[in-house]
Amino acid sequence: MSSYKLTYTRFSERSILIQWPEEIDPKIHKDLLRYKENILKYSKDIIQVINTYNALLLAYTTIEVDYKNEIERLKLLRTKTLAIEPLQTKLWKIPVCYDVKYGLDLEELAAAKNSSIAQLVQWHTEAVYKVYFIGFLPGFLYLGGLDNRLIMPRRQRPRPQIMKGAVGIGGNQTGVYPNASPGGWNIIGNSPITFFDAKAKQPCFANAGDNIQFVAIDINRHAEIRDQIDHGNYKLESEVGNG
Amino acid sequence: MVEVLRTGLYDSIQDLGRLGYQHLGVPTSGAMDQYAASLANSILGNQPEDAVLEFTLLGPSLRFHISTAICITGMQSDAKINGRSVSNNTVININQQDRLSFGQRILGSKGYVAVLGGFQSENVMGSRSMYQNITQKPRILKNDQLSILQLTLINRQPNAHVNTPVSHFNSAQLEVFKGMEFNRLSRVQQDLLFKKEFMVSKDCNRMAYPLEGCLENNLESIITGPVLPGTVQLTPSGQMIVLMRDCQTTGGYPRILQLTEMAINQLSQRAPGEKFTFKIA
Repeated sequence: MSSYKLTYTRFSERSILIQWPEEIDPKIHKDLLRYKENILKYSKDIIQVINTYNALLLAYTTIEVDYKNEIERLKLLRTKTLAIEPLQTKLWKIPVCYDVKYGLDLEELAAAKNSSIAQLVQWHTEAVYKVYFIGFLPGFLYLGGLDNRLIMPRRQRPRPQIMKGAVGIGGNQTGVYPNASPGGWNIIGNSPITFFDAKAKQPCFANAGDNIQFVAIDINRHAEIRDQIDHGNYKLESEVGNG
Repeated sequence: MVEVLRTGLYDSIQDLGRLGYQHLGVPTSGAMDQYAASLANSILGNQPEDAVLEFTLLGPSLRFHISTAICITGMQSDAKINGRSVSNNTVININQQDRLSFGQRILGSKGYVAVLGGFQSENVMGSRSMYQNITQKPRILKNDQLSILQLTLINRQPNAHVNTPVSHFNSAQLEVFKGMEFNRLSRVQQDLLFKKEFMVSKDCNRMAYPLEGCLENNLESIITGPVLPGTVQLTPSGQMIVLMRDCQTTGGYPRILQLTEMAINQLSQRAPGEKFTFKIA
C-alpha cells in the first residue's frame, strides 16, 4: 500500500500543489492518479486537477478558499483513497512511418548507435510507453519507457520548424509533436494521427495513465491513414488494460 | 462589424481565459491585465466573461460599421475618435463609420477596447482568447472584420468614470509568494531576490517576461512539474523568467516565486527596460 510522504502547499491564490517524492516512477504515478480521481469526485470549487510525474495541481474557481481547512480536508480524503478500484486504462496503437523522408535524423542516430535503422525501429516499436501526463504543448504526451539503447541527447541546434506528427527522441524521452513547432529532438519518424483537435469533443484521445505502443507503417499507409483522417473514417486501435 | 484599418504591435481578442483544459496541455490565455479588461466590461455593463480587444504598446486603428458603445482601459495613449481625443475608463458612444485610433504611449503597456456585448470571435473550449492551433486566428491582422452585436446602451450613467491608480502601471514593487523551490536557494540568494532590481527584457511576450538582472544559479533542474501564469522560473544561466497568460502548463526549471494575481496584471503593464523589485505578499 502507498505510504509516500506527501507535501501540501498553497501554490497561488487559487491553487494547491500536492507533491510526491521527486521521482519518475510508475507506482507513484498510479498512486497520484487514484488520489486525483477521488479529489475530482469529492470536491466542489475545483475547476481541474492537473497531474505531472509526481504532483497534482488543484485549481480552484475562487480565491476565497480557506487553504488551511481545505488542506486538512484533502488529507482526510487521502486516507479514503486507497480502497477505490484500479483505473481502467487503454493501450493505444500509434502508427508511425519510420521512412527517412520523415525520420530526418534516423541515419545519424543509427551511426551514433553503431546500429541499423531497422534495429532502431525495432527497439522503438517493441517498448510499451506509459502516458504520464499531457503538457508543454496542447496534446503533447509525456511518455515513459524509452529503451535505454535509444537515449540520445537533444540536437545542438534546435530546428526552427518541425512537422506536425514528428516522432522524436530527446535525452531519455520520446514523443510526438502534436503540431508544427520549433524543436530540438532527434526526429525518427512521423505519425499521421491527430494528437490534438481543439474542436473535437475529446480533443486528445489519450489520458494520463494510458499506455501506447508505436506500430511501424510504410509511406503509402501513412498517406492512406492521413486521407482517412481527413475524411473522418479512421479509427485508432486500442485495447483495454488495467495499469 | 469592426474593420481593422491598421494593426498595433500585437492585437488579439481575449477574455478570462480557457479554464479547465490545462490537463490537455492547453494554455490558460486570457487578457494579460485581467483587472483592466474586467474594468472595461464593467463600465460598459457587459458580462465579466465578454471578450475584449487587447493591444500592446501601440494601438490599432479601427472603423466601426455599426453604432455601439465602447470603453478603453489599460495603457494610456491619446485615443481619438475621428481625430478628437477621448478618455480612458468611460463610456464612449460610437456612430456608424466612426474611426478609433491611438497615439503615442503615455503610461502602461497593455490597452483594452471593450464593445457592447463583447467581441464575437470564435469560441473554442469555452473561450474566445486567441491562441495558435486552438483558435483559427492566433492574432488580429490588418483588414480583419471583427464581428460585434447590434446593441443599444441602456441604463447609461452619463458621467460614469473610474480612475485607475497610476501605481497600477508603474508600481516599483510586485507582490509575490515563495515558489515551490524557493527554499532550495541559499540565504544569500533569497536575500538578493528581494533586494535586487530587475528589468523587463525586450523579449517579453504573452507567454513570458524574461528579466534582466541575473541571480547566480546552482540549483538542479526539477523533474517536469506544473507551472501557472505568474510562476517565476530560474533558468540554468541565472536568468529569471516570469510566465504569463499564454505560458505552457508544465516546466522543468525551479519555481522560485509566484506572483499574486494583481502582480501579474501590474507586470503586464510594464514595458521593456522598466525596473521593479519583488516583495513578499
